Amino acid sequence: MKMELIQPFINAADAVLAQGLHCTTSVGNLTMDQEAYRRKGVAALIWVTGDIEGRIVIDLDPDTAVRVASKFAGAELPESDELVRETVCELANQVIGNAVTSLNDQGFHFRVHPPVVHTSEHGPKSSEDTEALVICFETGIGNVFLNIALRHNSSRQPERAAAVGH
Amino acid sequence: MEQFVAVKRSKDGQPVRYLVVDDSVFARKNLGRMIETFGGQVAGEAGDGVTAITEYERLKPDIVLMDITMPQMEGIEAAEKIVQQHPEARIVMVSSVGYQENIVAALQRGARHFVQKPVKPEVLYEVIKYVMGEDGTAAHAAGAGA
Repeated sequence: MKMELIQPFINAADAVLAQGLHCTTSVGNLTMDQEAYRRKGVAALIWVTGDIEGRIVIDLDPDTAVRVASKFAGAELPESDELVRETVCELANQVIGNAVTSLNDQGFHFRVHPPVVHTSEHGPKSSEDTEALVICFETGIGNVFLNIALRHNSSRQPERAAAVGH
Repeated sequence: MEQFVAVKRSKDGQPVRYLVVDDSVFARKNLGRMIETFGGQVAGEAGDGVTAITEYERLKPDIVLMDITMPQMEGIEAAEKIVQQHPEARIVMVSSVGYQENIVAALQRGARHFVQKPVKPEVLYEVIKYVMGEDGTAAHAAGAGA
């Protein structure tokens, strides 16, 4: 997985979290994962299709999700399963939407599918060409994990090369 | 949350009525809270494009805030269908997917403006004033803080 694909997601997560939480974030652990995805807390999964294909998971523990939701809403919110799920999905939507915007402006064309809550303990296993990168964002109110498994869609590469004039 | 000078309808001084369309309840509630700070009123909500069309017909809101990526029918298609039937409809797309191609498609198919998520209240407020144009006036509400 090339850094040119990853960096927009890091930038987007950093910007969305910083704006929503009114605090700075830092990138903590960064690991490659070739095993089946193991959920850490409440996770939202978004599939992307197009020049780059794969999935991105945003994952945070329920307590952090409530704190994040409260910060985003600007008011203390009561804990509820629905609130937690909604928060994680919307966070995923915003991070991935912003990253895809940046990649699209670089010439990659994607379709972003609506987020789905990922409730099973394990997720789709990454393979040789879809190794997953797990990035931990440390915020003042808890850790947010971004799990990215993307690969170039080889069938569309000539199309893209023609589009960007290479 | 910051309080803004209320934007009212010029014709009758009533609050601007909004239809908020987003598949995320969390996003709808957040937008609803912002609308309150603008002195507006959430007339209705929808979680997908199909419901947005029926809710528009039922409520005839002054402004629609419309997400793009949604199940059943996406926001750009829903906006186009609403504008075909109601050319006067004021639809503002509110989405995290803000690349140029998407923005152009939305505007070509009838949306009046585009705001990228995460939404900054001060940005949305200015867009609302712009989209309402002469049909809206920003005026201090009695007893409301600016």
